[in-house]
Amino acid sequence: MAEAAYVPGLAMPRGEARSDRRHSPVVRITHWITAVAFLCLVISGVAILLAHPRLYWGETGARSGPSLIDLPLPFVLDVPIRGPGRYLHFLSAWISLFTGLIYVISGLFTYHFRRHLLPARSDLSWKQIRQIILRHLRFEQPPKEEALAYNLLQRLTYLLVIFVLFPLMFWTGLAMSPAVVSVFPTIVTVFGGQQSARTIHFFAASFLVLFLVIHILMVCLAGFAVRTLAMITGRIVARKETI
Amino acid sequence: MSKLITRRKLITTSLATAAGLAGLEAAARIADHYGFLAPDHSGLFGAGEALTYGTQRILMAHHSAAREFNRSEISKIIPVNGEPPNTDPYQRLLAGGFADWRLKVDGLVVRSSTFSLAELKRLPSTSQITHQACEEGWSFIAEWSGVPLSYILNLVGVRPEAKWVVFFAFDDAWDSIDMPEAFHPQTLLVLGMNGQELPTRHGAPLRVRVPRQLGQKSKKYLSRITVTDTVKNIGKGWGAVDPEYGYSWYMGI
Repeated sequence: MAEAAYVPGLAMPRGEARSDRRHSPVVRITHWITAVAFLCLVISGVAILLAHPRLYWGETGARSGPSLIDLPLPFVLDVPIRGPGRYLHFLSAWISLFTGLIYVISGLFTYHFRRHLLPARSDLSWKQIRQIILRHLRFEQPPKEEALAYNLLQRLTYLLVIFVLFPLMFWTGLAMSPAVVSVFPTIVTVFGGQQSARTIHFFAASFLVLFLVIHILMVCLAGFAVRTLAMITGRIVARKETI
Repeated sequence: MSKLITRRKLITTSLATAAGLAGLEAAARIADHYGFLAPDHSGLFGAGEALTYGTQRILMAHHSAAREFNRSEISKIIPVNGEPPNTDPYQRLLAGGFADWRLKVDGLVVRSSTFSLAELKRLPSTSQITHQACEEGWSFIAEWSGVPLSYILNLVGVRPEAKWVVFFAFDDAWDSIDMPEAFHPQTLLVLGMNGQELPTRHGAPLRVRVPRQLGQKSKKYLSRITVTDTVKNIGKGWGAVDPEYGYSWYMGI
């Protein structure tokens, strides 16, 4: 990109700070649509969960019977979006499904996964992973080159979210649909029953929420404005050097 | 690169939007023609409902059957939601052992008919051990026995223009299912549960069982079944009383 030009006579950098290409348009658009849809899924998901915050294993389960986990939440039926919460859940699910498909298909065609997310084999070592985790635990600022490429831990986490957790959400969600199960009974029997699917749906969702919290925390740590702008404009502004 | 909205961009965007809307309108018409449009497809969440119902109708085109279980898998604990209707007509019928209860079947049928409980019990009966989940999250497995809805519909003769079968109940609930669901062999008019008479709180004297949808669809305390080509004139026209409280009409989920 543009070299830092100097106005003769003034020892000051002119114009904007250096910026680099960071995220492709497809990545940016699908990122923000997924962000909104996921937020709607969480809100409506909590509303659905509050109707019966008890988890079971197997095919069946009810309030007067044994449970797997009694979540420390109250039974609330009349949350403000009790009914529309269901409508919102499935509309958002469709939107995130289509968005996810566009992202994954375009990512395969543009080598997005291979270039940006698949870790290099030489990087895959426990020593590396331990180092990165320790750095995160010490809340250290990431090294500068990480503004332009993901580190190993990021790559593994994003791959887990994209190829394991989100597909598992759709799978366990569909396994709770009596209509879909009537066509493909295996999608629920592999989990050992409808209530097992519901429990896995809850835990996979919890991991995604945990991911979201850490994701936002890390963005804040790395520089909220710069990183968020990068996901909006596609360009990342290099940190200004002090003269 | 200029970030201004150019005239060309504006025209292309408007044309694309108009084409998109026209496309959606056409898609909705085609979907409606093939019976892929839920009665509550309009409004903010309509697109999601239309997609869910349409997709699942196509998936189930070969009349998939709900899973059936062994007798040993029947739940020991059978939860139940709601109380029987506290209205005078229902309480009087209940006190009389439903001897005076009649099921009315009318609408787009060749022979409008009424059935007494004794008459229904004399009709060919089938049973199923199926899983029933409440939209709240709990579920149980039970054995249900009764007359397939399709048997009654064939008895009264459904007219070709029929699109929906509507259920009316003593608790002022009403609901509807489409014709593929109505003629599905597992859609049952339930008279008995787990080898006993249908308990009052489970919908006596008669409830419908639609095992390919959530429990909410299996309406209790039935009084009348109407066959119709439109549900627009019933309630707010959304196919059931549930959408009026924000729940979707289609409960295949």
